[in-house]
Amino acid sequence: MAQVVGPALGPPLAAPSSVGRVSWAWVGVVPFFAFALMFLIVPTGFLAIGGFRDNQGHFTLRNIVDLFQPTILSSYLISVKISAASAIGGALVGFALAYAAVAGALPAWVRPTLMTFSGVASNFAGVPLAFAFLATLGRTGLATVLLNKIFGFDLYSTGFNLLSFAGLALTYMYFQIPLMVLIIAPAIDGLKREWREASANLGASAWQYWRFIALPVLWPPLLGATLLLFANAFGAVATAYALTGSSLNIVTLVLYAQIRGDVLHNENLGYALALGMIFMTGMSNALYIWLRGRSERWLR
Amino acid sequence: MQDDAGGQQMAEIGGLAPGKTFLEIDNLQKKFAQTAAVEHVQLKVTRGEFVSLLGPSGCGKTTTLRMIAGFETPSSGAIRIDGVDITHRPPNQRNVGMVFQAYALFPNMTVAENIGFGLKVAKKPAAEIKRRVEEMLDLIKLPALKNRYPYQLSGGQQQRVALARALAIQPQVLLLDEPLSALDAKIRVSLRNEIRSIQRTLGITTIYVTHDQEEALSLSDRIVVMNNGRVEQIGTPFEIYNFPRTSFVASFVGTLNILRGQVADPAGGKIVVDGQEVIAARGLEHTRAGDACSVALRPEIVSFGEAAGDGNHMQGTVEDVNFLGSVVRIRVRFTDNAISLDTFNNPRLALPQRGQTLTVSFPREAVLALEAPSST
Amino acid sequence: MKPNRIGPWLIVLAGALYFFVPLLGTFEFSLRYLRGVYSFEAYRIVLADPRFGATLTYSTVLAVATIIAGVVLVVPTAYWIQLRTPKLRPLVEFITLMPLVIPAIVLVFGYLRIYNSSSVLPLTGTDRTTDLLLMFSYTTLALPYMYRAVDTGLRAIDVRTLTEAAHSLGAGWPTILLRVILPNVRVAVLSGAFLTFAIVIGEFTMASLLDRPAFGPYLQLMGANRAYEPSALAVISFAITWACMGLLQLFAGRTPGQLPGAH
Repeated sequence: MAQVVGPALGPPLAAPSSVGRVSWAWVGVVPFFAFALMFLIVPTGFLAIGGFRDNQGHFTLRNIVDLFQPTILSSYLISVKISAASAIGGALVGFALAYAAVAGALPAWVRPTLMTFSGVASNFAGVPLAFAFLATLGRTGLATVLLNKIFGFDLYSTGFNLLSFAGLALTYMYFQIPLMVLIIAPAIDGLKREWREASANLGASAWQYWRFIALPVLWPPLLGATLLLFANAFGAVATAYALTGSSLNIVTLVLYAQIRGDVLHNENLGYALALGMIFMTGMSNALYIWLRGRSERWLR
Repeated sequence: MQDDAGGQQMAEIGGLAPGKTFLEIDNLQKKFAQTAAVEHVQLKVTRGEFVSLLGPSGCGKTTTLRMIAGFETPSSGAIRIDGVDITHRPPNQRNVGMVFQAYALFPNMTVAENIGFGLKVAKKPAAEIKRRVEEMLDLIKLPALKNRYPYQLSGGQQQRVALARALAIQPQVLLLDEPLSALDAKIRVSLRNEIRSIQRTLGITTIYVTHDQEEALSLSDRIVVMNNGRVEQIGTPFEIYNFPRTSFVASFVGTLNILRGQVADPAGGKIVVDGQEVIAARGLEHTRAGDACSVALRPEIVSFGEAAGDGNHMQGTVEDVNFLGSVVRIRVRFTDNAISLDTFNNPRLALPQRGQTLTVSFPREAVLALEAPSST
Repeated sequence: MKPNRIGPWLIVLAGALYFFVPLLGTFEFSLRYLRGVYSFEAYRIVLADPRFGATLTYSTVLAVATIIAGVVLVVPTAYWIQLRTPKLRPLVEFITLMPLVIPAIVLVFGYLRIYNSSSVLPLTGTDRTTDLLLMFSYTTLALPYMYRAVDTGLRAIDVRTLTEAAHSLGAGWPTILLRVILPNVRVAVLSGAFLTFAIVIGEFTMASLLDRPAFGPYLQLMGANRAYEPSALAVISFAITWACMGLLQLFAGRTPGQLPGAH
């Protein structure tokens, strides 16, 4: 009836069978792939390849080897430690919180409230978060002062310093915990109430339920979420920069300095540094996906 | 009007089998906030008996079952098994086996591990666990599935494994919470018979919750019909079906024809339906002449043609004749009311035709006079 | 089974404490500018600072541009994938997840090396083109969220039937996209837009390395040089993020994940 009018993109919605049709179908996604190439694939690839080249452009493994020199290795180690500490801490606390809200038989308003706040809190990151913790746990911060006034507890006399490993990990946990809550809540939902009841019915204590049923079912998502948290912390820049300046030698800050002013005096080493970062975050995510697939198999 | 006043007493006495009481539910009550989910539930079950709790959603049957299992605490009342009061015992110390509607098999364990779980928790020796698991697998006739995981099993298979798991710990009482509701209709019938035969073989006292009256009727030694948290009637399937004590029981169990009429003579049990007189076997209590009233009739008790004796007759017009194979369903219309009657197929009898005048008859005892329904 | 509820309550309370105390501390600290008395002096100073207005405006404009770019990129693509080339879906989804795996600092490192003055596409050559590059960087950061939101939105409507109906009534592709599809995924697009806005306002790494006068680097600068104003800025920044999340909840009813690039 009505004439189909439109740009020459081929007949509308005919079954894509013949070869001629296929080429038209690609047209629609060209902009996206062009964008992806320009701003994701090529830059990453460039860095990755650059990590394997020397200044003359020849292939070399020298840069990778150089990553293991003491200063850089120690920066990776510190990054790993902070990421691991904040990830494990965030995972434990986040899991406890999520479990309490989802399966703890609390009033119905607790869970949605927790989810909302987690959604908001997981975005308190970067520079403002550093300011917040400085204002709270710095030498004249509210919490420090209150601890002293109310409990007579001098936080800084214990050797605690916000501008340190522990302080940064604690600050990171502020967005790690909510992220954990958001990720793990669906997994806890998957723990059917009937399993708890059935296990009790068969004579199991709470501890036996956890040991034989709940933990075996939960450990893949728990571990996977922890890995996500790890990757999350590993790539963080702004919070650390604003909090510790460059006193803590984490990889992202080294990279930041390298980009700014080639502090390593070796352009290709910088690329290798970036490559190492991609490797760490990539591996964590890959493991996460693998673990997620594992647990889904059982719970089909 | 059917007598409802002494319902509670009657409900308890109804059809109690001889033998010592093994499971006793004593005036159980459960309140959630201000609403009573379960009230005045009184039941005595003998050893090896199969009792169903039957009723619509929200009637309190599942809550009652969960109180026996220990997942809900009664607000008042007591539960005793073999004389021992278990009302306040935690659920993992009651030695009752429960089968859930959603199977609830542990997803990270094989069939064998699931079945053996209760024994493992009780720290039985490995050899004994193995032996018992094999026994159970033979009982449910699924020895080949020993090492499968729940996600590899069909619904029916999962439920049988769940049953085996509950029985493996040799519980004193077996509780089943609508175990067949999640299954296909085909499997339901075969599985329910299997459950019953296993129960008989083991002689285990069983409480079975369902909303399906056909299931309850075919499986149970006795049925407890519940509605709105209260017990309506307790009795054998025969009693519940043929002698319902309340209108709820009458309409919930089995199909009924309902005719609307008025009371003509309470003492004489006479009711007028569409200008025709129907006489009940007993006098009607708590009514006066002129009150609206309903007459309920089971379709199989109505026959067509005149019957000898002092049974009731009513004349109507054949509205519809449905040949269903072994059964012929005839719909007869009076003025405002109509009834369905079922008759067995008989090739030598001529079927009535549509529009034909027909007399139907039914005995006085078949007349169930109920309160006028607000909406039926 | 009614297990003991004290444990869960304690945990939730502890969580609430950990969540609220820093917020309280920041706010309290921001009021301390004048010795001995609480006042909003720090806020007054911050709001009076011309750089505050300038950088916030810059970031806001950039955010809006990013949203538009994101919509223009994602909506037709998601639509096309659903309609014509569903086989490409796994590939596209993998690409949209890449920004979640590759840290922002690595991405911007790549941009700086590829698009610098000596390359084929010298985007860092001038200020305006660097702004363009920054916008594309932000589009990349927001890509996972934008795509997921729009994809979910598209799945909720019967794209094929709507398109066929529009075709049979004589509409061409632009008309279909603009007048049929877009209005129906408005909510999804809005949720992606609010997330993008929050991402861009708070972003530091990319803006700082590309040396643009955005809000994030401004915050960091103030933090390095001042005592009380940073807290006031943090409160303002939180308020903006909250507003975005709140509007997002309002429109989409979903809790979002974590924003990238900000930390």
